[in-house]
Amino acid sequence: MDNASTLNKGQQVRRAANPLQAEGKPPMSNEHPYPEKTVGAPFVDDPKMRMRDVDVFYGDKQAIHGVSLDIGKNEVVALIGPSGCGKSTFLRSLNRMNDTIDICRVSGSLHLEEQDLYDPKMDVVELRARVGMVFQKPNPFPKSIYDNVAYGPRLHGLANKKYDLDEIVETSLRKAGLWEEVKDRLHQPGTGLSGGQQQRLCIARTIAVSPEVVLMDEPCSALDPIATAKIEELIAELSESYTIAIVTHSMQQAARVSQRTAYFHLGHLVEMNDTDTVFTKPQHSLTEAYITGRFG
Amino acid sequence: MSKTTEQVRQSLAKRYRAEKRFRAFGIASIAFGLLALLLLFTDIIGKGHTAFFEHYIQMEVTFDADTLGIDDATNQDQLNFANYDGVIRNALRERFPQVQSRGQKRELYSLISTGAGYPLRDMLASHPALLGQTRTLWLLADDDVDQYFKADRQGREDSRLTPEQKAWLTSLDDNGQVKKEFNASFFTSGDSREPELAGIWGAVCGSFFTMLVTLLLSFPIGVAAAIYLEEFAPRNRFTDFIEVNINNLAAVPSIIFGLLGLAIFIGLFGMPRSVPLVGGIVLTLMTLPTIIISSRAAIKAVPPSIREAAMGLGASPMQVVLHHVMPLAMPGMLTGAIIGMAQALGETAPLLMIGMVAFIVDVPAGPVDPATVLPVQIYLWADSPEQSFVALTSAAIMVLLAFLIAMNTLAVFLRKRLERRW
Repeated sequence: MDNASTLNKGQQVRRAANPLQAEGKPPMSNEHPYPEKTVGAPFVDDPKMRMRDVDVFYGDKQAIHGVSLDIGKNEVVALIGPSGCGKSTFLRSLNRMNDTIDICRVSGSLHLEEQDLYDPKMDVVELRARVGMVFQKPNPFPKSIYDNVAYGPRLHGLANKKYDLDEIVETSLRKAGLWEEVKDRLHQPGTGLSGGQQQRLCIARTIAVSPEVVLMDEPCSALDPIATAKIEELIAELSESYTIAIVTHSMQQAARVSQRTAYFHLGHLVEMNDTDTVFTKPQHSLTEAYITGRFG
Repeated sequence: MSKTTEQVRQSLAKRYRAEKRFRAFGIASIAFGLLALLLLFTDIIGKGHTAFFEHYIQMEVTFDADTLGIDDATNQDQLNFANYDGVIRNALRERFPQVQSRGQKRELYSLISTGAGYPLRDMLASHPALLGQTRTLWLLADDDVDQYFKADRQGREDSRLTPEQKAWLTSLDDNGQVKKEFNASFFTSGDSREPELAGIWGAVCGSFFTMLVTLLLSFPIGVAAAIYLEEFAPRNRFTDFIEVNINNLAAVPSIIFGLLGLAIFIGLFGMPRSVPLVGGIVLTLMTLPTIIISSRAAIKAVPPSIREAAMGLGASPMQVVLHHVMPLAMPGMLTGAIIGMAQALGETAPLLMIGMVAFIVDVPAGPVDPATVLPVQIYLWADSPEQSFVALTSAAIMVLLAFLIAMNTLAVFLRKRLERRW
């Protein structure tokens, strides 16, 4: 895969100038130049989230280069691309999880409906209640299953009575397809569940605060195929009531669960279009190279 | 058989040998440690167990009003100044009427402890009707007498007692007028110049109050500092500087902290000398680096995924710390606190500097009463010339170890409970 030897001199200079590229990531070549503008149809009418010219820097390394895209209401958007292409970084900037990294800086315009995410007056706590996140590795709290799901609602004061809280917990677990499996052991530790169950518990925990958007960062990468299939089914069901952005390494998964797909390459958004179009008629040569398995 | 397999086989034998060697080293080290511990305990218990018993001598004591010099046994003042030694001396003279010369009388009187009069006062205070009556009482023997009865044949010959004294004691013993009893006063009274009267309770209370002050100050401050440095402080030169200095502080000899306590708390702030409060503050300074360093390690060990999960649900940084990081790091923080407190409990040098080495007879009732602590008490007794203090020193060491074990058990119990909750 590493065809560094085929690089010409000019590209080596360019690699050195962009530190992200110096990490042995899929190289650029002359046959696949970046497009001036994202190819395809990155924008939709009346989007849920609207991002324009987003740059993300880690110190003086630029990880995201001027990405503009829309996430439509109740749609599932898949972000695909080779390792280190910045899709996770981009996803994390959508609910300001990058704030916790001292050296990370985000610029550009990011809006959730009409609200500017990076407005100094924007409350991060409120934002994260509206834009929830599911992580790559299942990370339930070392508490009971019940307390895991109830944590968010308790935090935001969504339920005043135990009865209401019970209901939220049950609904969330049902939506996550976990209720039948855990209803008899709600007060046992969530860490005792299997990997797939833990990830569904994390999804239940996220949707317990009724977010508008759910961000999923490779939610199935640590799971076996059966658990993965369950989560994918779940994503399809959830998309009826939530807007979902999912980062995935698996192109099959992107094809199965998403309505639109965005292809990232070394911090650039190369192509974004209906999932079918991206996988059957990719318009850019880089996209084509990736989905046909030439790199990634 | 392929060449690789053969090579693997050869190296396997070597590897197994190395493994066996390593295991043997480990077992040897543990055995060595256990042996050292065993030696320590045998020596201490062997020397100290005698201190838990002391000897009493039976006497016919007459509460004679004239000798006592009182006429009203209900009058507290009179009771306090009554001559109890006089009645005891009368009793001794009656028991051994053949003793006539002044020198011999003095030798006779020294068989009974100088503290034997106190129980008489208490008896008289609670039963004023005893005045003028005669009772058969067990009186506390002097420490030399106590030593004599505890010693073997060789020890008895080497005793400081004169041949006459030995003869009197033999006569008492033959009449069944000597008994050995559990030394309860060792656990209930404060220090004394007389070994048979000296007790450890004053030092235990002093240690308790000092540790209480230390724990109450060092644990919250240490944990707060660790949390701030780990979770909130920006990474810059200033915080690096603080980190280096905390590590340096952990290596500062403890007597320096004592000097600092003397100069700042006693000299500048005018706090009283010899009190557990100042001792506790000084030991806090000494314990803080240990607690901060181990708490930071415990906080670092909390998986970042838990923090992310909580933040992703909209928890504020403070909530992340209080709900998730603290509970998960608590067992590690407690371990740090145990180590720090154990260190502080055994610390002598800084307390010498702030006057906790004074000779204090009263049992402290609070953290601002003059007191001494267990290790200082051990040091003081080890320094005393009387033979009986040898056993007392070892007994005090046993009490210190028991205190330490009790403290650690409590901490381990707490840690277990906290771990189970999660």
